[in-house]
Amino acid sequence: MNRSTLDFWVGIFVLIGIGAIVFLALRVGNLTSLTTTPSYRVEARFENIGGLKLRAPVKAAGVAVGRVDRITLDPKSYDAVVTMRIDKGYEFTKDTIASILTSGLLGEVYIGLSSGGDPQMLVDGGEIKKTQSAVVLEKLISQFLFDKASAPPEVSK
Amino acid sequence: MPADAIVRSVRQLGAGALNGVARIGFAARFFGALITHSPHAFWRFGLTVREIYFSGVLSLVIIMVSGVFVGMVLALQGFDALSKYGAGDSLGIFVALSLARELGPVVAGLLFASRAGSAITAEIGLMKTTDQLAAMEMMAVDPLARIVAPRFWAGVISMPLLAALFSVMGVFGAYIVGVRLIGADSGTFWGNMRAGIDFWPDVTNGIIKSFVFGIAVSLTAVFEGYTAQPTAEGVATATTRTVVFGSLAILALDFLLTVFMFRGTGVV
Repeated sequence: MNRSTLDFWVGIFVLIGIGAIVFLALRVGNLTSLTTTPSYRVEARFENIGGLKLRAPVKAAGVAVGRVDRITLDPKSYDAVVTMRIDKGYEFTKDTIASILTSGLLGEVYIGLSSGGDPQMLVDGGEIKKTQSAVVLEKLISQFLFDKASAPPEVSK
Repeated sequence: MPADAIVRSVRQLGAGALNGVARIGFAARFFGALITHSPHAFWRFGLTVREIYFSGVLSLVIIMVSGVFVGMVLALQGFDALSKYGAGDSLGIFVALSLARELGPVVAGLLFASRAGSAITAEIGLMKTTDQLAAMEMMAVDPLARIVAPRFWAGVISMPLLAALFSVMGVFGAYIVGVRLIGADSGTFWGNMRAGIDFWPDVTNGIIKSFVFGIAVSLTAVFEGYTAQPTAEGVATATTRTVVFGSLAILALDFLLTVFMFRGTGVV
């Protein structure tokens, strides 16, 4: 086989190979997570984060507006400190409530933001003061059972 | 007499272990020499292009066909298991994630080791047997630069492309079976896939893996060929060793890389 036919086939091979990588990037995965959209950091402290994981979505009214960037434990207060990256396009008031929610019974854990009426907005490095911890199902059930057990027996008439 | 047999077997064991260690050392030295001779493979890129044709282009058909079938089987098995738990909608994620992260690089690597790696070993081994390598050295042409380096780099370049193609064909195979035949919804198939898979780190991890596998398989192939016993039997043994050690290297490296890649994500 002469040289130019060889080059031609290798060229085609490289092109479809790169095409496959582009397909994986655009159609199979979402490239948007790679392109670093300008964002700002906001911190929030939770008593219990439940099953929250790194890179979990941050949603406002169900719309993804950011991701969880870092989760650490405050060594003094034993609170979980969650750092979120929120896209620059979205602004939230200072009295925003951050709560850890689960989509469906077994779905992914995410942070829900619901804005308040404060005229001041959260800035880069700001902290969300009002938070709501994850609802731990086991705790809820055991609480319910203990309540039942300790309640005085109903007097039958 | 029994004592003699015991001594002999212990001696053989020791010799085998020493040989194995020496061979690993020689492989490392060989790899170093290969890297220092590599600029030649890029200066005269035509040589490498020729080898990409033989190991990459000619592997296209088997890689693509295998990809389609693996994807189709994944869709059938996955849909059956997932729909038991009412998660048939996650078929797209399931198939694409297993292909992009694991099956694409690993199965493409195994196929590459048996399809292209064995051919490289046999070719270099036969060149050695027929004294072509020695003849080159007589003419002051370094066989490491002229023969080995282009084949090595052709494998390293081809492998990630083949693995990506394998994954894409697998996704199409799953689409054909899952959506066209079984009747999963096309919108949720693609939509969940895109929502659940990130280019970084899911797809890039697969690409990194296939690149590492390319280095491992190509190095095994050229090393076995270069150190083959210059006999017909020696070339046959070397070819077998390429497939065996290449495949084992892929599986072992895959485990190591997966552990590293999952570190810090809460799984390990």
